[in-house]
Amino acid sequence: MEQVPGNTHLHRDDEASKIGMWLFIFTELLLFGGLFIVYSIYRYLHPVAFELAADELDVVTGAVNTVILLVSSMTIAMSVTAIQKNDKKLTLLLLGATLLLALVFMVNKYFEWEAKISYGLYPGSGRLHEFGHGDTLFFGLYYFMTGLHALHILIGMCIIGVVMYQVWKNNVRTDKFAFLENTGLYWHLVDLIWIFLFPLFYLIT
Amino acid sequence: MENNEKHHIVPYMTHLIVLLGLLVLTALTIAVTSIELGPLTVTVALVLATSKALLVLIYFMHLKFDNVIYSIMVGFVMFSIISIIVITFLDYLFR
Repeated sequence: MEQVPGNTHLHRDDEASKIGMWLFIFTELLLFGGLFIVYSIYRYLHPVAFELAADELDVVTGAVNTVILLVSSMTIAMSVTAIQKNDKKLTLLLLGATLLLALVFMVNKYFEWEAKISYGLYPGSGRLHEFGHGDTLFFGLYYFMTGLHALHILIGMCIIGVVMYQVWKNNVRTDKFAFLENTGLYWHLVDLIWIFLFPLFYLIT
Repeated sequence: MENNEKHHIVPYMTHLIVLLGLLVLTALTIAVTSIELGPLTVTVALVLATSKALLVLIYFMHLKFDNVIYSIMVGFVMFSIISIIVITFLDYLFR
């Protein structure tokens, strides 16, 4: 527990851990990049079905979730500024705001999916089968891609919770905040993916 | 290791301005895609989304303030993804 500030004998390489985080982000970009290719090829093969199916999605819910994610991206970026300025209280406040916004995003997602599923639009449903091949592909991709994205939000929420605990315990502090910085990078990645998911699924109809 | 020797502190104001820019671009995307532009709609939406992604990468993810090696790596990965998309489409368009 007795951590002496400036204990320089301990080897610590923040730059390397950041490069490691970026490498992980690249693998994530390639994962979603592959899914975007699948989406664009199927859209090219079934243009009419994709346009009609996208009409089923609620633009307002999507737009609200976009705004939520953009604001949460700003609050976590600001929390890095706050820890650099040695403002622990503000760091925790901004991280708490990020966590809250993430929760609101998930609640929105729940109501959105709930409405779709009760309407009979889910993978393998009879209604989708009647609609045909293109709609089945669209909703399959919609559930898989936004679902995988939502899973990333849930993981991000857990990590932000851990960071908040570490900030509170002074394990993450003004001279040692690589963990917070890397968590921020992860959260921005989640935002980055949504920036492309939103227009491709909700807007291009 | 001499860590944190030149960690740039990004002002709160910069983050706020970037957020406003992102929100304006989002509103613009929604407005543009609600008009009938035909095949142009997809292009416009993707160009706007890419500008938003660049804002997030450059300011929120600190690419502007970090070592240039990060920007080079991101550029390389983006180039790879775009190449794969283009090559896949060349296959579908000309088979």
